[in-house]
Amino acid sequence: MSNNEHPAKPVVKEESFGYDRKTIDYIRNAAAHGMYEIRGMGAKRQLPNFDDLVFLGASLSRYPLEGYREKCSTKTVLGTRFAKKPIELDIPITIAGMSFGSLSANVKEALGRAATSVGTSTTTGDGGMTQEERQSSKTLVYQCLPSRYGFNPDDVRRADAIEMVIGQGAKPGGGGMLLGQKVSPRVAKMRTLPAGIDQRSACRHPDWTGPDDLAIKIHEMRELTDWEKPIYVKVGATRTFNDVKLAVHSGADVVVVDGMQGGTAATQTCFIEHVGIPTLAAVRQAVDALEDLNMKGKVQLIVSGGIRTGPDVAKALAMGADAVSIGQGVLIALGCNHDSYYQNGAHHDATADYAALGTAPGYCHHCHTGKCPVGITTQDAVLEQRLTPEVGARHLKNYLKTLNMELTTIARACGKQNVHHLEREDLVALTLEAAAMARVPLAGTSWIPGVSGF
Amino acid sequence: MERMSFDLAQVPLREVNSFLHQEAPAKGVRQVAVTNPDGAHNIAVGLDCPVEVEVHGHAGYYAGGMNKTGTVTIFGSAGTGVAENMMSGRVHVKGFASNGAGASMHGGLLVIDGDAGLRCGISLKGGDIVVGGSVGSFSAFMAQAGRMVICGDAGDALGDSLYEAVLYVRGNIKSLGADAQIEPMSEADYATVKELLDAAGMQHDPHDFKRVASARSLYHWNADADQEY
Repeated sequence: MSNNEHPAKPVVKEESFGYDRKTIDYIRNAAAHGMYEIRGMGAKRQLPNFDDLVFLGASLSRYPLEGYREKCSTKTVLGTRFAKKPIELDIPITIAGMSFGSLSANVKEALGRAATSVGTSTTTGDGGMTQEERQSSKTLVYQCLPSRYGFNPDDVRRADAIEMVIGQGAKPGGGGMLLGQKVSPRVAKMRTLPAGIDQRSACRHPDWTGPDDLAIKIHEMRELTDWEKPIYVKVGATRTFNDVKLAVHSGADVVVVDGMQGGTAATQTCFIEHVGIPTLAAVRQAVDALEDLNMKGKVQLIVSGGIRTGPDVAKALAMGADAVSIGQGVLIALGCNHDSYYQNGAHHDATADYAALGTAPGYCHHCHTGKCPVGITTQDAVLEQRLTPEVGARHLKNYLKTLNMELTTIARACGKQNVHHLEREDLVALTLEAAAMARVPLAGTSWIPGVSGF
Repeated sequence: MERMSFDLAQVPLREVNSFLHQEAPAKGVRQVAVTNPDGAHNIAVGLDCPVEVEVHGHAGYYAGGMNKTGTVTIFGSAGTGVAENMMSGRVHVKGFASNGAGASMHGGLLVIDGDAGLRCGISLKGGDIVVGGSVGSFSAFMAQAGRMVICGDAGDALGDSLYEAVLYVRGNIKSLGADAQIEPMSEADYATVKELLDAAGMQHDPHDFKRVASARSLYHWNADADQEY
């Protein structure tokens, strides 16, 4: 039989699973630049998340509340353990810490205005507190970070709560970065750095090294403020069960747990995608830790990292969080990744500016460049005019109100007069992974992997 | 009521600090003595008026932390983070200081008559530190601004990842950290050292000091830089 009897078919283009085009691009970029990729936002890979859970609404075995007529409280109190003046919020949805430097002063002001109008808190970030955010925020949480850039006892005294930042979900174990194009003269002055340098923040605090030291550090903040202000401790989600226990041991009033979907303004991609655990898994561990110490309800838990929607908020609360914190969703509400911006009464197309960064609306993670096409993550005098505090605050207020209405809709459907009455028993999981991580039964079964037998 | 005294064996620290924050400025109290500190942490943190606090004995962590315009003198040794994040004023340790002395200071003068432990002047953002003895390893790590005078020796990795802070060392430097370099002393440097020694009440010849500052080669990402650790 000759070879000609079975002529070769055209070779099908077969992409390698291991060496797909994304991996090939990665290797070629590494070879070309000798430098890892730095980018903004959070983990992009597919992860088990709150979408993998659903609520068991009321039916015959439970009694629902009437949609808009019956009361459903969203009031949230944080910092009841030691602080003389706990934080009282109208909704359990707060604005996550994002620095002036990563964000423009206009954006910081917009966050403050929107948060104040819906009765919630904003948070400073690496680089200190700006006048804009203090004036616009009724309730402002002041972060104490490893870098201590701009950290000032007057601002501690002006703050409503202090957040000791140990880490964040996008980069647990890593410090911040602010590349030179965003280290403007004002940012540089606040951080005591030369303008234009590629700034690296420390990953460890300069004056304490472990949980026993942290207890003394927190005590210092309490003495400094005459025990008035709640002290939060924020950890990036990794060994969350142990870390939350140690945060409680250190004297935290509130523990903030930030999962790996949490955003950043600039970090190595390898860090964002490969260090930390998903928020869903972290919430479960954090609540376990509080229950193990009999501290549930005494130390409050704030969960962040990929909270986008009202159902996300409701599920986090049902799993045991007292509040959530949102960063990326807030930026998207302001116009992040939108194809246009609104300036001088008209919409202007921004797609060419996205293209100049090598990206497009919906895909952009170029916060680190400072060239945000919609004027959010920038220090550029022209770009920052693309988002005014008025327009930003209006959109953000709408977003927060929507989340809160969705939250109460779900709570009412589950028969709760208070969103904090949502409980794990109201949830089931759609996937095995989510069932195991969240430790709720797979829908339609009583099976919780790792807890109950088949 | 010009002068007050608190016995920490009798009075809770919280009352002492609250007095220093509220009554001291309101009533014009200028001098406060603290006895029997017994290593208590957080003595005289957050001073916000020109009060003079004397601590008669050893202090624990963060003594004089975040000081603004106050004067704290410790007649003994100080624990970790003495005068951390000080904004202005003066903190003087008559004995030795532990780790992280003057960490993240923004201003003021920290004087340590004896030795200081690891990471003295870490993240320094301004102000001056004068150490009569030696400093431990990783001192002035990532120090951004301000000045340090070290009359004794320095441990490993002095001035690692320095920004614009300047260090003056009289004794031996076990090793310099990444991007730190020894530079020639100028007349202005000699004058600075003399000024700081005078302010600290120490007597040495400024000509015995070396200047350490940043080579500024880490200010921008550089793919060709060696990754040596």
